[in-house]
Amino acid sequence: MRLTPILIPAVLLIGAAAWSISRAGFERADAAYCNGAEPSSLDPQQVTGVPEIRLIRALYEGLVVRDPRTGAPIPGMAESWSTSADGLTWTFRIRGDSQWTDGSLVTAHDFAFAWERLLDPRTGAQYADLLYGVRGARLWAESVGPNGAPSRKFEEAVAIAASDERTLVVGLERPMDHFLELAVSAPLCPVSRKALEAARARWPDRWQVEWTKPEHLVTNGPFRLVERRINDRIRLAKHAGYWDADEVAFDTLDVLASEQLSTNLNFYLTGEVAYLDEVPVTAIPRLRGREDYRPAPYLATSFLRVNVGKPPLDDVRVRRALALAIDRTAITSRITRAGELPAFALVPPILPGWSGAELAHSGDFARDCAEARALLADAGHGPGLRQLEVELHFASQATNKDVCEVVADTWRRELGIVTRLRNQEWKVYLDAQRRLEYEVSRSSWIADYADAATFLEVFAPGADNSRTGWNDARYGTLLERARGAREPERGRILREAEELLMRELPLIPLYTFAVTSLVDPRLGGFHANPLDEHFPKFWHWLDDADLAAKRAVDPSNVERVEGFGPSAGLYSPAEQRRRAAR
Amino acid sequence: MTRFLLRRAAWACLTILAVATLSFVLMRSVRGGPFDSERRASAAVEQNLRERYHLDWPLWKQFAAYIGPFELGAHRAELLGGDGTDVFGGVLAGDLGPSLQYRDASVNDILAQSLPISFALGFLALSWALVVGVGAGIASALRRGTKIDVALRLAATTGIALPNFAIAGFLVLLFAFVWPILPVAGHGSWRHLVLPSLALGAPFAAYIARLTRSGMLESLGQDCIRTARAKGLPPRLVVLRHALRGGILPVVSYLGPAAAGVLTGSLVIERVFAIPGTGSHFVNSALNRDYTLAMGVTILYTALVCGLNLLVDVVYAALDPRIALEDES
Repeated sequence: MRLTPILIPAVLLIGAAAWSISRAGFERADAAYCNGAEPSSLDPQQVTGVPEIRLIRALYEGLVVRDPRTGAPIPGMAESWSTSADGLTWTFRIRGDSQWTDGSLVTAHDFAFAWERLLDPRTGAQYADLLYGVRGARLWAESVGPNGAPSRKFEEAVAIAASDERTLVVGLERPMDHFLELAVSAPLCPVSRKALEAARARWPDRWQVEWTKPEHLVTNGPFRLVERRINDRIRLAKHAGYWDADEVAFDTLDVLASEQLSTNLNFYLTGEVAYLDEVPVTAIPRLRGREDYRPAPYLATSFLRVNVGKPPLDDVRVRRALALAIDRTAITSRITRAGELPAFALVPPILPGWSGAELAHSGDFARDCAEARALLADAGHGPGLRQLEVELHFASQATNKDVCEVVADTWRRELGIVTRLRNQEWKVYLDAQRRLEYEVSRSSWIADYADAATFLEVFAPGADNSRTGWNDARYGTLLERARGAREPERGRILREAEELLMRELPLIPLYTFAVTSLVDPRLGGFHANPLDEHFPKFWHWLDDADLAAKRAVDPSNVERVEGFGPSAGLYSPAEQRRRAAR
Repeated sequence: MTRFLLRRAAWACLTILAVATLSFVLMRSVRGGPFDSERRASAAVEQNLRERYHLDWPLWKQFAAYIGPFELGAHRAELLGGDGTDVFGGVLAGDLGPSLQYRDASVNDILAQSLPISFALGFLALSWALVVGVGAGIASALRRGTKIDVALRLAATTGIALPNFAIAGFLVLLFAFVWPILPVAGHGSWRHLVLPSLALGAPFAAYIARLTRSGMLESLGQDCIRTARAKGLPPRLVVLRHALRGGILPVVSYLGPAAAGVLTGSLVIERVFAIPGTGSHFVNSALNRDYTLAMGVTILYTALVCGLNLLVDVVYAALDPRIALEDES
């Protein structure tokens, strides 16, 4: 047949390709977790999203990390620190015994370099504003010459200095009692000056693509990058030169990139991963009560942005009426269902040490609706008066549509408002919000760090993320005063700011999000926390005795789940020695 | 033959250029940009990002820079600390540029990593679809009107009607939970490719079965078959050598579009089974407004479809002596 000469080579070729793919396997890692979407970058100064930041926690270490149990900042690359009496100068003592993966020591210079890089507008770092509280930083970053480079020298203009290899001195514009909360954040992790400069010299055009490759990337955290396959997995291995490597249990750790929530759930249920950060809403009723499913409030708020420039929404009475007539309990109990908390404030009340100001309401939904109707009538809307029409704008994702339908339904039923729903694709939605081409828009905000300012600063006059058209000088003044104040005075001023926000209502709070993660009962060193921040350096597998001890404190009605971790446990070398000694 | 191939290659290049232009225009006219996010960067930072990727240039200049390695003048060469001079090498030079979403990777890297995986998956899916589909089609045609025929046709109709993600869910339930012999999802060994290729190939197998059946029925009724039977050829040879050769032609012409469909249609399966293939980039790049990656995937798929169609034409000529490639001139 004339066909044979074509078919045989084709089959051989394709068969060879298939064979090569089928062999691309991995040894099973000590542990694995689902990390959501493929990280957009492994460069700590470039990252913004949750998956990236979670990965940075394994690859890099900043000045401080968080105690897994309490969430308090504890020594990381800085072994100690001190503050001057006026609170303006922070001095960090860097460890002398922690290495980069290329063998050189981590120094204070690496931190100064990374922070300069974060601030430099040419880096394109979205989190540059984390350091705007440092003396001279904002001015330096914003005074650029015609070539885009800052016109002044960093060392002279900004109060960030490595006075020697092991001392980092940071001068602040004003006292900042929560500075350690910033220092723990991922974009403030160091990068190796030596490695990055070498990469720039070697690949002047392509360094950004090259230096994060596994064979080139130099990191200082508990794990190092071994292999990266886009949209598949990232293989990490213990970094022996890390100062606390003796306390790290896992030799290998796999980070899976997969966005499909049901697929991720399947990964977890078959023991492929030990930790999964989010479950599909439809699975929640069946998971409830299991010992590995412990939803907890998350430092993130779901709210409605209100375009205050658009009549009739420029009338604060209308905004308050809309805010009152939302059945938040119906949303959290029937739609989201994961233990979200109805919210009457922007800052989640679960924030430790915070007491905020709520939207004034009676606590009785029927009475709130009555007040709302009175407000509308006062503003000239309602039966016999002008008909109120509102457009509710949202992005076509997850439960947004259902949530908005509940809101629209109560507004229609209780207030007689004609509510149209407008659904847009994510990026179009963001664009419309930025241009203020909406009336009421469903939004959310996740805390960058555990402090009220991370929420309240969003609506500062002229802020890039406000997107409501609300520019209240009084609010700006309050925030400005808070920036210079010490606790507890600062907390009081921020509360005052939130009170103003909840009176003026450029946003209408809906609910506080919940973390819906699944965690293998045997995974030790993992503790739920409101920031949902986890440091894999503390993770280990519990043996039978430890698992029993952990379960002893659980309530009795919890449904036991057999984990997939090794029954003998897996502990760090240091822990193994301690256990042998006992 | 050579002239035919050359002419087709030239047409393919024109097609690719047209598709590239069209998708460039479409991509840029969609609202929202690659750097829009819930937490926006400051205006200065965003401006720098746009300049880094030359997104502040007029569109024609961006397009020219993207298509060819043309010297259009470095743009703020100092951007990002001494680089940014030649972010785009140009498609004609084989450089599809950097990804705007995955800042650690170039589009070339991403496609080089993902295409072999999609290719292997598609190959496995289409192979089993071809073997099973043709087999079922022949059996159906030979046993026309019997219970076997009815059962096979019913199965084929079901296969066409069911979307592949439904089949995927069913397969996962069956082979990963009820009878756990295969991994539920992921990538790494041949076992990971079994369920996805089954799910991906099912509708194609069903369609091929129907095509083969009707092709065989037509071909079995022809005079040459009666002649072959009359001269005493064994029935097996009559079917395989004579009837099948004519009966399979519709399947061959279907294979080009099918191969393209397997590649582009794998995006759902790739998501369900968390397979790091090109299909997921096809969708995600558009959603992320990752202009370069979206363009890269589109150009790649266009080239593949053109190549596959050409291959089908060649095979067609090999199978059917009445078709000669030179005839076109």
